Amino acid sequence: MCLAIPGKVLKIDGQTATVDFGGVRREVRLDLLTSAREGSYVIVHVGYAIQTLDEKEARKILRSWKGVAWGGVLA
Amino acid sequence: MYRERDLATKVLQGIRKLDPGRRVKFMHVCGSHEVTITKYGLRSLLPDWIEVISGPGCPVCVTAATEIGEAVELARRGTFITTFGDMFRVPGPKGSLAEAKTDGADVRIVYGAADAVEVARRNPGREVVHVAIGFETTAPTTAAEVLREPPKNFSLLTCHRLIPPAMGFLLASGETALDGFICPGHVSTIIGSRPYEPLSKRFRVPQVIAGFEPIDVLLGIWMLLKQLMEGRREVEIEYTRSVRRDGNALAQQKMAQVFRVVDKKWRGFPVIPSSALELKPEFERYDARKKHDIRAMEAADFTKGCRCGEVLRGLIYPHECPLFGRVCTPEHPVGPCAVTTEGACNIAMKHKPAKI
Repeated sequence: MCLAIPGKVLKIDGQTATVDFGGVRREVRLDLLTSAREGSYVIVHVGYAIQTLDEKEARKILRSWKGVAWGGVLA
Repeated sequence: MYRERDLATKVLQGIRKLDPGRRVKFMHVCGSHEVTITKYGLRSLLPDWIEVISGPGCPVCVTAATEIGEAVELARRGTFITTFGDMFRVPGPKGSLAEAKTDGADVRIVYGAADAVEVARRNPGREVVHVAIGFETTAPTTAAEVLREPPKNFSLLTCHRLIPPAMGFLLASGETALDGFICPGHVSTIIGSRPYEPLSKRFRVPQVIAGFEPIDVLLGIWMLLKQLMEGRREVEIEYTRSVRRDGNALAQQKMAQVFRVVDKKWRGFPVIPSSALELKPEFERYDARKKHDIRAMEAADFTKGCRCGEVLRGLIYPHECPLFGRVCTPEHPVGPCAVTTEGACNIAMKHKPAKI
């Protein structure tokens, strides 16, 4: 029920954005999010963007986890 | 990236090295986490001393039988009902919405509240009631629709519930000893990590907000074990790509503008204080219970023999219910946990885990 999926913002028109979900396009409401920009990734739940996906943060945590794993800190 | 086998193996090695020499039991409170855990067989990968049990993380399952009864009564009286798909087949005291539809009632499955408002716009001569279920992830979307001033023939049967009060209730009840919580990623995207902090302080319980890929969940478990080992009891975020400590302030503000917090009964639970949302008096015109004068009805939560209540409180696993897979199946569900794709029983039957 709390399922939310990431998609890329293609176009913003007022409170509505066209979002691309890996080839499927859908109109998404922006009432709950002011930080969406064309080209950015957003997480969408029941037709509403609820957060911008922080790509830098995503890469950072993966890098740090990989570092942790490979570097033996996890060990 | 979050499904890489090598990384998963390394994290699992790390988990094994944090063996505290006793059994530990973690609970998650999100149907999507249960899907990840069961679908990818994570329980069978974890060492025997770690237990991960499902809690009250399925909004459809915890919606009280009385509320299903209200929706079905409205449908049978000729109101046009809109609802999320999972709610359609959940049994209530007067049957399910699906059965009402079979008998000629208008029940339509919608993707979101915005689509429900659209149904009202296209049917100006009909009263449309949207069954608004869901946790903090969904409640702001309902609030946003209310603030956009839907047409007069639209109203809401609000069933929204709040997750941290239910977690607090479980910890305070002491029914089951928990060593940590895997907190839900998308509820927390809205509310942030702060609302969980009092639970860690009061009950000395570690919590990690995790994402929904298999490695997210494994890392979440590793972080919980690390906290236990280091004697820390705090709220950490693994799902940093979506969750910030303060959450989504705009969504919280809209939710607070439209709703007030009330005590409410959850299916399988007694009344949990401050655990649900109702429309504020200034939005009463959208309150289906007031507008349509629905009688509150008494209803038992479960059919005799159904142990969904214990599944929802994290006391048993689905297969421990005598009806599981025999009398109760996703095709012929007895309890709500077998109906919805986020119910622990439905997920267990669909994916047939190698090890519970």
